[in-house]
Amino acid sequence: MEAIFTLSIVQSALELGCIYSLVALALFISFSILNIADLSTDGCFTLGCAVGAMVTISGHPFLAFPAAMAAGVCSGFVTAFLQTKMGVPSILAGIIVNTGLYTVNIAVMDFSSNVNLFACDTVFSLAKDLSDAAWYGDWYKILIVAVVVLFVGVILAWFLNTRLGLSIRATGDNEHMVRASSINPVFTITVGLCVSNSLTALSGVILAQYQKSCDINLGTGMVTIALASLIIGETIIGKGGMLKRVVGVILGSCLYRFIVAVALRMSVPAECLKLVSALIVAFAIAFPYLKGQAAFYKTRRMPVKTGVKAGEDGDGLC
Amino acid sequence: MLILKNISKTFNPGTVNEKKALNRVSLELADGDFATIVGSNGAGKSTLFNAITGSFYVDEGQIILAGEDITYRKEHVRSKEIGHLFQDPMKGSAPHMTIEENMALAYLRASTAAHAFFSRISGKEKQMFREQLAQLDMGLEERMRQPVGLLSGGQRQALTLLMATMVTPKILLLDEHTAALDPATAEKVLNLTRKIIAQRKITCLMVTHNMHQALELGNRTFMMDGGHIVLDIQGAEREKMTVDDLLAEFKKQAGKQLDNDRILLS
Repeated sequence: MEAIFTLSIVQSALELGCIYSLVALALFISFSILNIADLSTDGCFTLGCAVGAMVTISGHPFLAFPAAMAAGVCSGFVTAFLQTKMGVPSILAGIIVNTGLYTVNIAVMDFSSNVNLFACDTVFSLAKDLSDAAWYGDWYKILIVAVVVLFVGVILAWFLNTRLGLSIRATGDNEHMVRASSINPVFTITVGLCVSNSLTALSGVILAQYQKSCDINLGTGMVTIALASLIIGETIIGKGGMLKRVVGVILGSCLYRFIVAVALRMSVPAECLKLVSALIVAFAIAFPYLKGQAAFYKTRRMPVKTGVKAGEDGDGLC
Repeated sequence: MLILKNISKTFNPGTVNEKKALNRVSLELADGDFATIVGSNGAGKSTLFNAITGSFYVDEGQIILAGEDITYRKEHVRSKEIGHLFQDPMKGSAPHMTIEENMALAYLRASTAAHAFFSRISGKEKQMFREQLAQLDMGLEERMRQPVGLLSGGQRQALTLLMATMVTPKILLLDEHTAALDPATAEKVLNLTRKIIAQRKITCLMVTHNMHQALELGNRTFMMDGGHIVLDIQGAEREKMTVDDLLAEFKKQAGKQLDNDRILLS
């Protein structure tokens, strides 16, 4: 059997892993830190993709990035507004915004269900023309996305250690404490969701330029995939400082893409990919629990120790 | 310092679960007063605290803190000037954040300008946190980078006390803050409370179910029942009062025995 990983598979897994890791980082903020399941992720991803694609088509490949992020901020603001000022439960707020965004996205794409960017300059096509070196042709895409992701990751880790970042983390960590200290949870939730959704949209615009097209259904299932990446990352990295956890999420996203690549390599038909994704997600989320269960059964199967020798007991307990 | 004028609060009005939790409660605390509050179950002690902190707005009446009317001020704005400790040690600090980060959050109260948003914890602040932690005498100053979730209940409550008083609050509300701790730790946290309050002359309200403590600590004692303050003793009258006198007085004022299933008479 030939090698499972050819160079091109490794490359595309790394490229997609980095691009989608921005969505995983967005969920890291909303799900892990703020403890809010933001289900508007799917729609917001497409929004970033659509806005980015339209701005790129109009001849501004660089402007597409801030434009898409601004659109993401608006989407996050609406979600936050619904749950903090209108009393809508957070899951519902996400679903409502997600549903509304479908129409918004179609409208942004000039009421067509897909647009392509083949005829216009993208950041990738501009970068490709910079050098003719053979290695550069293979690696420039990874270079671009890696730089963006590293930049975002470092900024995010820095941000989460500032006073505002600490307040956002406390909001998700202990509601009672936040209410008794001088933090305004309405403000911190709003800022958190705006930042989170801007990253989702950023991921969308990079994907649009990367694959030179945008489709209305591009974001479907995005929240599940990002959640899988997030949980894989948190499982392999474990607890730690903010920078360590951010790096873990990015690694998790790349690892997820490798798993999908392997699945495809094992001749899983393309139409089964969503099912494979769902299985991976279910397994990734269940894994920490199953590990605990396995440890429990192992302990239970061990012969019962009766006469515990002096000095032996107690050690295992603490 | 704190003036409550006829504040009332009814929960679930107009339903079968209607409960008049506070019924025209008035009280006035002078600067530096340290008052204890005792009362039966559901007397409205915690509700009184929540009214002061702004968990809800009162139905009627007025709350004045240090000369300012805060009746309709938002909770997070009020909390800049109010320290609040809960009975549950888990409620006062964020478990997945480090001791240092928790203290930095508490210290946010001191910052007035918005520019502090993007600033990080400075070396000077770390030094200050370390010195404050050292006062607790629990070795926490060596564990500043550990998550608070690893601390014991007593350590967490001591830390919360430190955080609540780091920027001297205009009023400190202690809601049975030692009740969930073992006796030795409770004693330690209580001594610490006493020390901090005396040092900084903080105005303080403390709910307790320990009748002895209620008379021994501070300079005033309130008794609550059915959303009313039924007894307010201070000065010489309080000096000579014993736990038995207090219970007898309660019976006289409220017309029934004090029924608090956690009451401690010794």
